[in-house]
Amino acid sequence: MTAVTPAPPSTAVRPAPAGAVPPGRPAGRSRLRTLAGFAFGAAVLFAVAPLVLSDFRLALLAKYLCVAMVAVGIGIAWGRGGMLTLGQGVFFGLGGYAMAMHLKLADAGPGGMPDFMQLYGQLDELPLWWRPFASPWFALPATVLLPMAVAFGLGSLVFRRRVRGAYFAILSQALAAAMVILLIGQQGTTGGTNGLTDIKGFFGYDLDDPVNQRMVYFIIAGTLLALLALTRQLIHSRYGELLVAVRDGEERVRFLGYDPASVKLVAYVVAAGMAGLAGALFVPAVGIISPALIGIVPSIEFVIGVAVGGRASLLGPVLGAVAVAWARTALSERFPGTWTYLQGLLFVVVVAFLPGGLASLWALARRRDVAAQPLRRGRLSLGRRRAERTEVPAA
Amino acid sequence: MSLFRGRRILAGAMTLVAAAALTACGSKTTDEGGATGVTADVSGDTVKVGLLNSLSGTMAISEVTVRDSIMLAVEEINAAGGVLGKKIQPVGEDGASDWPTFAEKAEKLISEDRVAAVFGCWTSASRKAVKPVFEKNKALLFYPVQYEGLEQSPYIFYTGATTNQQIVPGLDYLKSQGAKSVYLVGSDYVFPRTANKIIKAYATANGMTVLGEDYAPLGSTEFGTIVNKVKSSGADAVFNTLNGDSNVAFFKEYKSAGLTAAAMPVVSVSIAEEEVKGIGTQYLEGQLTAWNYYQTTPGAANSKFVAAYKAKYGADKPTSDPMEAAYVGVHLWKAMVEKAGAFDVEKVRSASDGITFDAPEGLVTVDGKTQHIAKTARIGKIGADGLITEVWNSGKPVAPDPYLKTYPWASGLS
Repeated sequence: MTAVTPAPPSTAVRPAPAGAVPPGRPAGRSRLRTLAGFAFGAAVLFAVAPLVLSDFRLALLAKYLCVAMVAVGIGIAWGRGGMLTLGQGVFFGLGGYAMAMHLKLADAGPGGMPDFMQLYGQLDELPLWWRPFASPWFALPATVLLPMAVAFGLGSLVFRRRVRGAYFAILSQALAAAMVILLIGQQGTTGGTNGLTDIKGFFGYDLDDPVNQRMVYFIIAGTLLALLALTRQLIHSRYGELLVAVRDGEERVRFLGYDPASVKLVAYVVAAGMAGLAGALFVPAVGIISPALIGIVPSIEFVIGVAVGGRASLLGPVLGAVAVAWARTALSERFPGTWTYLQGLLFVVVVAFLPGGLASLWALARRRDVAAQPLRRGRLSLGRRRAERTEVPAA
Repeated sequence: MSLFRGRRILAGAMTLVAAAALTACGSKTTDEGGATGVTADVSGDTVKVGLLNSLSGTMAISEVTVRDSIMLAVEEINAAGGVLGKKIQPVGEDGASDWPTFAEKAEKLISEDRVAAVFGCWTSASRKAVKPVFEKNKALLFYPVQYEGLEQSPYIFYTGATTNQQIVPGLDYLKSQGAKSVYLVGSDYVFPRTANKIIKAYATANGMTVLGEDYAPLGSTEFGTIVNKVKSSGADAVFNTLNGDSNVAFFKEYKSAGLTAAAMPVVSVSIAEEEVKGIGTQYLEGQLTAWNYYQTTPGAANSKFVAAYKAKYGADKPTSDPMEAAYVGVHLWKAMVEKAGAFDVEKVRSASDGITFDAPEGLVTVDGKTQHIAKTARIGKIGADGLITEVWNSGKPVAPDPYLKTYPWASGLS
């Protein structure tokens, strides 16, 4: 695990704190830049990708974007809040299972039961806790609210007791392991290791139809953009400043009269909600949710994506998550026998030479620019010093 | 001000989503025939087939051997002129012991590489994950591993044993040896749990008692408690559905607890020659296994298979049941295609019934209705040399019955 935690920033090249406006820069320009960024993102996701990619590759991109949604949440909790959440798989799984349960019930029809229940559980009727998921009015909100509720419960216990750092990471990971054991043990009602598979329809639309797969992709791409917009607002708000302050000096914030526990709790709950939403959309895109997707290893993989991309910036986690998932596919197709080594090498290279992640590439290029223009250096170094302060100590 | 702007961005994004979703609606689930399937590309002078096995992750140790034996069959067929005059071009993908990856790679093989058939998968979970992919695209999978039954996909050929060709004969053998009670030990996943349901139904109907049932998480190496429970139960035999590394720890603990094959034999259904080597014969000598094929199975077809495998991969490499079933799968596919006279999946399927192959395990016959194959059941005893010798066989191939419909005691199972 230590390998994925970037070194403390004092010697590191670090990412520009996302969109942090250096003093003196007119706010209007930054707003314009953000809007342009979103327009560019939307154009790539909605126009370029569907035109360029085959149905199969577009479906893969949909899957990557779901992982990116989890990454956005981790960016808030870890990058901004300093909480190393190694258990996001739990929330991803809660959202995914809630959605898959609803879709399985919809496939089975009114009064029907999912196929695997008779097969493995020999149940005569639907278990009680499955029943509410037959209604989309319960299942859809549940995909987000259920993970948020669990995060709230866990977070209120943990943050009040000032559990931090490695202890928090271990605790969140233990939760992921516990959830996997629970799901596998209840094979008759959860599908066990197989998970919930063979999902045919999505609210009446046949998922085997490539046109509908495309629709699912558009929904996912739109949701990701919306989450990014929301995140941008969050990190630029007073709350966002407070969150960074808690990360960098929890005790100081406490002495200033704030309650750090509540500040962290909000970030943790928001990250859980995003993971839940990602899980819910992953199900129609990929057609499966299983314990293998939510245990310790996938939970760590979510964090790896964020680390590679740059955890403290807005776009870093998204870029990292997509890049890591894409590299996994591309390398394993090209080198089916040795791709795991190449992937490992990639992580080592990024963590060793680019501790701020992919997002810091841009800042790096900008700094070179600045070096060439000595006149502007003074102003920018001020911005950079501010960046140092906002930058992350290891969790 | 900034909040307002955020809303505008959000509203814009939402409108975009809604517009895209509305214009992009396809067929409803109620419509007939939404998907048409992908046709394999057989225009050139080669035909592509997919090899989908885990080359990384926990399952790699087993699945690589299956990949090797599929490659052997492909080479043999190519050396003999190919299928319908076309050489087979294998396309390998790594399932990475991860079920959604299996689904992704299956989709890739079918829609990007446009293969004529796919060979592979090991765990039931990976098979369940790819099943909808093959059904959606109307493409073929040849699945080479014994499994828990209760499945019959029109686009999968099951060349490993179903329960009535492995587990039920194993129980019949124990019964004939006078076992009145069994203890069930298994890994915690679908195959052991389902297998144990079947075993319990069998026991109830045949006057056997199940004295206990314990599951260990996949990869667990902590068996002190379970072995103590097995020992104090005083069962006549143990039925073992543990998978992989767990067997090493289990059998070590079993021996150090003073339990022996003579006093309390263990029947295993997931330990083949390859695993025996890894666990160590000193722990396994005298224990029983239930399969359809052993490296020692007599016959000219097997001598040829074993010799060819050793010549290609090394004299110390054993051959095992799943490897043999995978090898047989490729040859059966060739026979089906040649009988159908085409690579077309539907034609291949309808040509499949009654296809026979003189396999290393003996004559096998495809049952077109269930798409399983009739196989001879064999109980073997593990020897000091790491090889397994047959102590009993069913005499003739057992017809596949994945839903155990011909067994009255199993009526409640499916």
